[in-house]
Amino acid sequence: MTVPLLSVRDLSITFGANTATRNICFDIAPGETLALVGESGSGKSVTALSILRLLPPSARLTGEIVFKGQDLVTAPPAELRAVRGNDISMIFQEPMSSLNPVHTIERQIGEVLAVHRGLRPNAARARTLELLDAVGIADPRSRLAAYPHQLSGGQRQRVMIAMALANEPDLLVADEPTTALDVTVQAQILTLLKSLQQRLGMAMLFITHDLGIVRSIADRVCVMTNGDIVETGPVSTIFATPQHAYTRHLLAAEPKGTPPVSNPDAPTIVDVHDLKVWFPIKRGILRRTTGHIRAVDGVDLTIRQGETLGVVGESGSGKSTLGYALLRLVPSTGTIVVLGNALQQRSWKAMRALRADLQIVFQDPFGSLSPRLSVDQIIGEGLAVHRPHLTAAERDARVVTALGEVGLPPESRYRYPHEFSGGQRQRIAIARAMVLEPKFVVLDEPTSALDVSIQAQVVDLLRELQRRHGLTYMFISHDLKVVRALANRLIVMRNGKIVEQGEAADIFSAPQSDYTRTLMAAAFNVAVLAPDGLPRTVEQPPTVAPS
Amino acid sequence: MSAHAAPAQSPVRRGWLSPLNRRRWDNFRANRRGWWSLWLFLAMFVLTLGSELIANDRPIVVSYKGELLFPAFVDYPETRFGGFLGMPIYTSDFMVKEIADNGWAIWPPIHFSYNTRDGLQPGSGATPPSWLLSRDEACARYPLEADDPNCNWSNFHWLGTDGEAHDVLARLLYGMRISILFGFTLTILSSVVGLVAGAVQGYFGGWVDLVFQRFIEIWTSIPALYLLLIISSVIAPTFWVLLGILLLFSWVSLVGIVRAEFLRGRNFEYITAARALGVSNATIMLRHLLPNAMVATLTFMPFILSGSVVTLTSLDLLGLGLEAGTPSLGDLLFQGKENLQAPWLGLTGFFAIAIIMTLLVFIGEAVRDAFDPRKAFA
Repeated sequence: MTVPLLSVRDLSITFGANTATRNICFDIAPGETLALVGESGSGKSVTALSILRLLPPSARLTGEIVFKGQDLVTAPPAELRAVRGNDISMIFQEPMSSLNPVHTIERQIGEVLAVHRGLRPNAARARTLELLDAVGIADPRSRLAAYPHQLSGGQRQRVMIAMALANEPDLLVADEPTTALDVTVQAQILTLLKSLQQRLGMAMLFITHDLGIVRSIADRVCVMTNGDIVETGPVSTIFATPQHAYTRHLLAAEPKGTPPVSNPDAPTIVDVHDLKVWFPIKRGILRRTTGHIRAVDGVDLTIRQGETLGVVGESGSGKSTLGYALLRLVPSTGTIVVLGNALQQRSWKAMRALRADLQIVFQDPFGSLSPRLSVDQIIGEGLAVHRPHLTAAERDARVVTALGEVGLPPESRYRYPHEFSGGQRQRIAIARAMVLEPKFVVLDEPTSALDVSIQAQVVDLLRELQRRHGLTYMFISHDLKVVRALANRLIVMRNGKIVEQGEAADIFSAPQSDYTRTLMAAAFNVAVLAPDGLPRTVEQPPTVAPS
Repeated sequence: MSAHAAPAQSPVRRGWLSPLNRRRWDNFRANRRGWWSLWLFLAMFVLTLGSELIANDRPIVVSYKGELLFPAFVDYPETRFGGFLGMPIYTSDFMVKEIADNGWAIWPPIHFSYNTRDGLQPGSGATPPSWLLSRDEACARYPLEADDPNCNWSNFHWLGTDGEAHDVLARLLYGMRISILFGFTLTILSSVVGLVAGAVQGYFGGWVDLVFQRFIEIWTSIPALYLLLIISSVIAPTFWVLLGILLLFSWVSLVGIVRAEFLRGRNFEYITAARALGVSNATIMLRHLLPNAMVATLTFMPFILSGSVVTLTSLDLLGLGLEAGTPSLGDLLFQGKENLQAPWLGLTGFFAIAIIMTLLVFIGEAVRDAFDPRKAFA
């Protein structure tokens, strides 16, 4: 290898008594893409932030970060500022919050140019247009005056990339730049990054937890766990012959298995006809309703006992709203018949009697558990409502049973949610639903906030619970890999409408609509859609459709 | 809450404080200034609660002819001590002699209550604190002057007397007690009303919120001082009447924050989760949302308390407060204003108010920092 552009030696970062990384070393050559892979908490983002010394003041750094012969660990603030955004720039994970909502795009990109190049407004505007054009924003001139909220997630991330590239940096640090985006948008952004990198000849440090992305975009890869780099090497070698146990574990962690076979003659327990959830748009002083956002627009569906209905679609397709509407957590019109009861006519009080049978597990295990209640209060709450005759001891016994079912020890019931990891929290949320012995459970993206290896465990757990208790699931997800492991039947939603529905196996093997085909392509071949054939497109082996 | 009590045999049973609250408590204790202020304030408060035992013109315990009597707490007729009529004046020569002949008495360290006029006071008007006077000057009012057995520390006016020959130290003790008690009661009542009103508005939102908010806007535009002027010209403002009137306007102060917390919180996923479990609205508000709002409330409480103390003081100073003759910090300041030749009156009032306010603000700052999530989770 030639002289590295960036060389990290023995880097240790500590926060008080906690060690975030331990003696990590890696190099990046000019023009190379290095991927840093690991699960959450492995220290990869901290490493990325430390390169530009963007960590909070409580962090202590030891070791060396040498960039073009200059040690950034000891560099004074003025020299760091000259490097930041000029020689090294960064793209963050969340395009919603990394752009300032009160400034126009032109101002935000122009600021970088003014700080490092001293460009005057007119020159800066010309350069901004050039950059927006380069990152593929259509009609950039009209977008200059736009505020971040007027752009979609993908467009925002493109603006972030334009800001990062404004001064043609030598190194681009991309911290999970596509995690918050839909699969189809993710593919576009990756393609863009790869082609820009080729054109500008810059090096890239790409941080991700998604092995599919690594395979398609990186030259070399470092695998991180618990603050250590356990394996480094070219992508092809690591994927073909992983040496370290953790790498093998990571590679094997994708959700596997097939859903239990459902009985086609089982009774229908959920029957929904022409379900609509419209949110009114109100304008003017009199707040007249001028139109509606059609979150769910005329959906018909049936679910049989013991089967899993997968609902897939990109964000904003109305799939979560559909789940909420089924449980009457949002107002809707149309008929909903669950277990022979028409739900729409029931008052909120009359619904309460049914709620034990209809449960929901939410997406975010950090948000869905009250931080101020202990685990046994959280799980016992539903019992107090629906089984009021239970004594404290009986209730405690049921809480322990429910914890056991989700694989948590009984002592954990006296602890508080913040003492658990994401996967354990999701198990608690599942236990809260299961303790009431429901018949129908809506699973609203229960795995999307979790690491890959944890996802697989949660999927296995859900399948096991379904088999044991004959549960009926409605599984909402944007992640087709997870859906494939759980769903018997599938509906594909877009803009509140169903675009395709049928047996999961049929849809996975032969999608009918164009939209479904795009989704599948983006999900299963994390494709860098090559314009000039340069970047690789990695085909995953064709999946064995569940029979 | 019995449903949540952990069985006793459990090895990992938790204390009554959740870990989060324990960390907040530790944060509070780590703030030395706030921690000491809390203890000083509590010491002052407990001391003033026992004002009757510290400054009183009646003995605490009297043994009279083999009988134990508690004149500080019970009104005994004079006939009990062989007198004729009315209430005994325990400091009179007759009573002192009668009790000394037939038993003994334990006196509080200061022999004046808030309403005791020192009858031996030469002329009328304020006398300076005793430590500013020589023994001869301080004892000039007694028949035997400096040799009089009554001219002892307990009969000195350590902070002087006011224009009506009341002992200032005694009035300060009783006045602080009434100010702090008034402040506490007003703070707690207005917090409770504010919490309920804010919670209902924030949780239900929509029309409830809209109507209540407009009502509050109209309500707060009523000038409270004029209303007090009118009311106090009609009825004598006792402790509870004044409390009621001030409560009418002070409950608004917390509504804004509590409403904001509930508005923010009602869309949290764990609230939706509780709704999906079929938990009733009242329980959701009480168990899931109130703890969120409590942080803001507790942070504001010391400041509301100091505000309440100041309000009562200023009303007393203006003569719109408690009935005439009630000892209060505002009355002390009023006396100081009326008797500019006696600066110890104004200074005593000023320092008392300043110290209480300072302590409360220090405590408030420490509480605020302890609840700061950036520190609590650090």
